[in-house]
Amino acid sequence: MIHTIAFLLVAILGIGLFVWQIRKITRNINLGRDKDISGNVSERINAVLLVAFGQQKMFKRPWPAFLHLFVYVGFLVINIEVLEIFIDGIFGTHRAFGVLGPAYDVLMAVNEVLGALVVVACIIFLVRRNVTKVPRLTRGPEMRAWPKMDANVILVTEIVLMFALFAFNIADQKIAQLNSTELPGTFPVTASMVNLFGSDLSSLALIAGIGWWVHIIGILAFMNYLPSSKHFHIIMAFPNVYYTKLEPKGQFSNVESITHEIKAMLDPSYVVPPAPEGAQPQKFGAQDVEDLSWKQLMDSYTCTECGRCTSVCPANLTGKLLSPRKIVMDTRDRMEEKGESPLIFSPAHYKEESERVKATEERTLLRGYVTPEELWACTTCNACVESCPVNIDQLSTIMDMRRYLVLEESAAPAALNTMFNNIENNGAPWAFSPSDRFNWANDLYTVSKN
Amino acid sequence: MADLAARGETPEVLFWVGCAGSFDDRYKRVTRDFVRILDHVGISYAVLGMEETCTGDPAKRAGNEFLFQMQAMTNIATLDGYGIKTIVTACPHCFNTIKNEYPALGGNYEVIHHSTFLQNLINEGKVKVQGGGAFKGKRITFHDSCYLGRANNIYEAPREVLAALDADLVEMKRSRANGLCCGAGGAQMWKEPEPGSKDINVERAEEAIGTGATIIASACPFCMTMMSDGVKSQNKEDSVQVFDIAELIAQAEGLNG
Repeated sequence: MIHTIAFLLVAILGIGLFVWQIRKITRNINLGRDKDISGNVSERINAVLLVAFGQQKMFKRPWPAFLHLFVYVGFLVINIEVLEIFIDGIFGTHRAFGVLGPAYDVLMAVNEVLGALVVVACIIFLVRRNVTKVPRLTRGPEMRAWPKMDANVILVTEIVLMFALFAFNIADQKIAQLNSTELPGTFPVTASMVNLFGSDLSSLALIAGIGWWVHIIGILAFMNYLPSSKHFHIIMAFPNVYYTKLEPKGQFSNVESITHEIKAMLDPSYVVPPAPEGAQPQKFGAQDVEDLSWKQLMDSYTCTECGRCTSVCPANLTGKLLSPRKIVMDTRDRMEEKGESPLIFSPAHYKEESERVKATEERTLLRGYVTPEELWACTTCNACVESCPVNIDQLSTIMDMRRYLVLEESAAPAALNTMFNNIENNGAPWAFSPSDRFNWANDLYTVSKN
Repeated sequence: MADLAARGETPEVLFWVGCAGSFDDRYKRVTRDFVRILDHVGISYAVLGMEETCTGDPAKRAGNEFLFQMQAMTNIATLDGYGIKTIVTACPHCFNTIKNEYPALGGNYEVIHHSTFLQNLINEGKVKVQGGGAFKGKRITFHDSCYLGRANNIYEAPREVLAALDADLVEMKRSRANGLCCGAGGAQMWKEPEPGSKDINVERAEEAIGTGATIIASACPFCMTMMSDGVKSQNKEDSVQVFDIAELIAQAEGLNG
C-alpha cells in the first residue's frame, strides 16, 4: 500500500512537472508569427513515417545511423516495459505482463538485447564526443560548455538506466531461483549473471527494489530533463517533420505585404486588403524571435545539435563564420531569454563568447546573437536543409534576417547595393546597358536581328 | 518575340536567355550553342530580346524582396502580354525563380531547364550525338548546381545528357543531393566572400580536378564562372576545361562553327 502511494506520488509529480514544462514551451513557440501550414495530410504523414519514424535521413551516414537506431528502437521497446512498471506500481502486481506467456518471453528477450545494444551505442557515442572528438560534435563557437555537457549527461543517464534494468532482472531471477518459483520472461543478457549476486534474500529484494525505483524515477527525471536539453528532439522530431516545407527547396517564401504595396503602386485602383483587427504592423524580415514563424521557433526546439548542417555548409567548410547549427541554437536561446525561462533549471547555454563571434549588447536575435557577417556568408545552397535528419529549415531563418538587414536597415554589403542599383537601372545585376542585351546574337548565323 | 507577335505567331517555347546568357562573354557562347540546337531540331522559339530583364533572383536571395517583386511583376506583365505558356532557360536561378516564385505573384508558366529540355530531345531521338563525337571516352565530371539539384531535385537530366556523349563519366565524392555549392549562390556572385580560410570555388575545383576529369560539365552560368576561376587558381586551365552541357551537345553534333 505504501509502495503504491509512493509510486503514485512520484508518477504524478513527474508527469505534472512535464506537462507544466510543455505548456511553457508551447507559449514560447507561439511567440512566433502565425503561419498557415496545413493541407497535404497524406504527404505529411508519409514524411513523418519516413523521416521521423524511419530515420531516413540519418542513413546518409550509416555508422552513427545504426548506433542511433539501437538507442531509438531500444527506447521504443523499453517503453512497453515502462508501461508494465506503471501497472505494477499502481496495482502492486509483479511483472503484470507475465500473463502474456511466450509473448512476454520474447518481449523480455528483445528488451534485454536492445538494452545491451543501447549501452554499447552510448559508450561509442561517449568515445566519439570525448576521446576521438568527432569535429562536428565538438567544434564551433556554439559548442560551448553546456551543449557538450548536455550530451554527456544524456548518454551517461541512458547507461545508468540500462544498468538499473539489468540489476532488477538479475535480482529477480536470483530470488526466483532461491525460492524455486517460476519467473515469467527469458533474459538472454542477464541469465548468465545471476551468480554475480549473493544468496541473501533480503538484500536481493532490496537490490530488485532499488533497481526498479531507480529505473522509474530515472525515466521520470529524464523526461523532465528533456525540455532543457537537445534530447527534446525525441518528441519534437515528429511534429517538426509533420510541418515540414513541402514546396521545392528553392522556393523562398513570398512577402505578401510587399506584394500588396507593389500592386497598389502599379495600379492605383488596387485595394489593399485590410489587416486583421488588432494586428501589429509587421516588420519586414526578422530582427528577433517574434518576427520568425512558429515553425521556425519549433525548429529550434527540435535541433539535436548534431552538426550535420554545419559540417556540409560550404561557408563553414571554408572557414567562414556561418554555422547553420549556431543560428538554430541562438534562436532557441534568445526565445528562452525573451519568453518562458528557465524551464526547470536555466542551463545558461552560452556564457563564454568565442573570439570571432562578436555579438553586440543589443537585446535581439539579430546582432545580439547572430552577426550580419554570419548571415552574408550564406550561399543559400540548401545543403544544411538537405542534411538535417529532422527537417529543420535553417535557411529560412537566415533569409528572414537578411531581409530585415536589407529592407529595414538598408544594411546590405556595398557590393550588393551596387547589384541592386544595377537591377533597378539596367534590369541586370551587372552594369550593362539594356540595349546590349541582344548582342549575343550578333555573330550568330541563324538569327536575323531586326 | 515582338516581331513574332507582330506577325501574329506564337512560338512553341520562349527561350529565357537570362542576364548571364546575355552579358557574360563566356556564357553568351552557351546561349548561342543552345540556340543552334533549337534551330537544328526545328523547334519554333523566340526570345524577349531587349524586353527581358533580371528575374529578380539575386535581389530576393540578398534579402531585397521589394526589388525582387518589382522585377517579377514587370516580367510577368511582359510574358503574359505575349501569352507565353512554356519557357526554357539555361540558368537554374531563372528557372527556379520563374517556376517556383512567380506563381505566388500571378505568373504561371511551364518552365523547363535546358538540361531537361536536352534530355527530352535526346530521348525523342531529335538529337542523336552519333558515337559521342569528340568526347568518346573522355573523362567528364558533372558539377551539380544547387538551384537545379537540391532546390528542384533535378539530378539525372544533365547526367543523361552527358551519357549520350559516350564519355567516361566520373562522380565527385560530393555529388547530387550532397553536392558542394560552387560558392556563387545567394547573391554571393556579386560580392567578395566573408573572411575565411579558403574560397568555396577553389575547394570545389580541387575536388573536381581530383577525379582526374579533363572536362568539368556544368549547367549553370554562375557555376561555370566559379569553376573556371577555381580551375585557374590551381593553374590547371590548360588541362581541365569547363563546359556547359549544351556546348558539349552542340559540339558533339558538329553545330558550333
